[in-house]
Amino acid sequence: MRQVAIIGAAQIPVGEHWEQGLRDLASDAIERLRDEVGSMLVDQAEAIYIGNTYGASISSQAQLGALIAGSLLGGVEAFTIEAGEASGAAALRMGYLAVASGAVESALVMGVEKSTDMIGTARTRARAVTLDADYESVHGLTLTASAALLMRRYMYEFNADLGAFENFSINAHLNGSTNPNAMFRNKIKPGAFAKAPMVADPVSLFDSAPDGDGAAVLLLISAERAGDWVAQPVQIAASAAATDTLALQDRADPLHLRAVQVSFERALAQAGVERDQIDLFELHDAFTILAALTLEAAGFAERGQGWTLARDHAIARTGSLPISTFGGLKARGNPVGAAGIYQAVEAVMQLQGRAGENQVEGARVAAIQSLGGLGSTAVTHILTAS
Amino acid sequence: MEPRRQVEIQSERIASAGVGEIYSYTVVQEAPEGFEDQAPYIIALVKLDEGALISAQLTDIDANAVRIGQRVEMVTRKLTTEGKRGVIVYGYKFRPLLKGD
Repeated sequence: MRQVAIIGAAQIPVGEHWEQGLRDLASDAIERLRDEVGSMLVDQAEAIYIGNTYGASISSQAQLGALIAGSLLGGVEAFTIEAGEASGAAALRMGYLAVASGAVESALVMGVEKSTDMIGTARTRARAVTLDADYESVHGLTLTASAALLMRRYMYEFNADLGAFENFSINAHLNGSTNPNAMFRNKIKPGAFAKAPMVADPVSLFDSAPDGDGAAVLLLISAERAGDWVAQPVQIAASAAATDTLALQDRADPLHLRAVQVSFERALAQAGVERDQIDLFELHDAFTILAALTLEAAGFAERGQGWTLARDHAIARTGSLPISTFGGLKARGNPVGAAGIYQAVEAVMQLQGRAGENQVEGARVAAIQSLGGLGSTAVTHILTAS
Repeated sequence: MEPRRQVEIQSERIASAGVGEIYSYTVVQEAPEGFEDQAPYIIALVKLDEGALISAQLTDIDANAVRIGQRVEMVTRKLTTEGKRGVIVYGYKFRPLLKGD
């Protein structure tokens, strides 16, 4: 296997892009990539792997490969990778494998999602496709309700109160406030968290990330050639994926995210780095409870103690383990099947020292992790500066 | 590396008396299509006495009265109707345990 590097990373703002469809969002992201690295490199890519979750259920559109590459990229090999909300990260892994194996010289990896064109109960039903249809959604369970089940049990077992989670959202919104691509740039005042409306008790509006439309794209090439094209290629030092049971009810301990642990430890071993060498961690903060449980399963906190990293501001940009450095899913917005690519774009910006006000000083090693469902799929990458 | 093991997909295999206690619960405010008439409704993870967890709605109980650890029993109920002329989906829900424990 060859080493693989990222030599281009582009995104469009996450938001409610009423006037744009999947094709338009993808086109805008590719245009931005052309502006960044030049059209020649984009057009040389031999394949494009596309992360998307709701194409079929919300956009009534499958076959995104042809939709996007057929018109915009001269008909190169292209298809969708679907792994629930981790689809973008799974597409990155597929691109990594394709380039690492030598099957292609360079590949584009895109995440694109258009989720705001459907509203109300139809959208809630469409969003439930990533749950277990036979044992969860048949009972009217939703992803948010599933997160609530975990959060209430967590609060019960570990004597945590609602306030234990507020700093995850305060931190995300503080970081999002200086990100021009963020869906929300408002800061959350201390105390406001406790008054937020409930979505599924105890998950409130301030615990759950807002779905938004978006598209982001990466250009991957073999590491040995990367230096020919850009001054600061970013290395993909590790790529690892793992799965857990689809339904929460089938887990021996629902408060332990096994796939998070397995994929994270595998990534650490592959990259040959220790936890204390990680300068930032873009984790899957679709719900504050997922942030807490991820920090525990990834080995940064003891069981039941993940929330204390938020309380102690260790997760801040200046802390020992910055997370959600551009706002995370919570404030940058959650473009679902594209979220994993946004994480990668943001990590690339951090490692290249072009994160502006959001810069984590001296960032050399970044971990990114995207989850399908509540950790049914976990895809972890470790990126390093050249 | 630890050996791979097959996870028992419990709900397909277990024999249960249908009695257990609430492991966790929530109230769904934003219901999916097919459940809008029931919202807000309570969903729980129930830990059956035989050990398995199972997801289901709670019925015949007020949301304010639900507690983790509460004893519940399985009952057959209509879950949803697939559209105005669609099939009625029956399944299980849980209600507070009526008979003595």
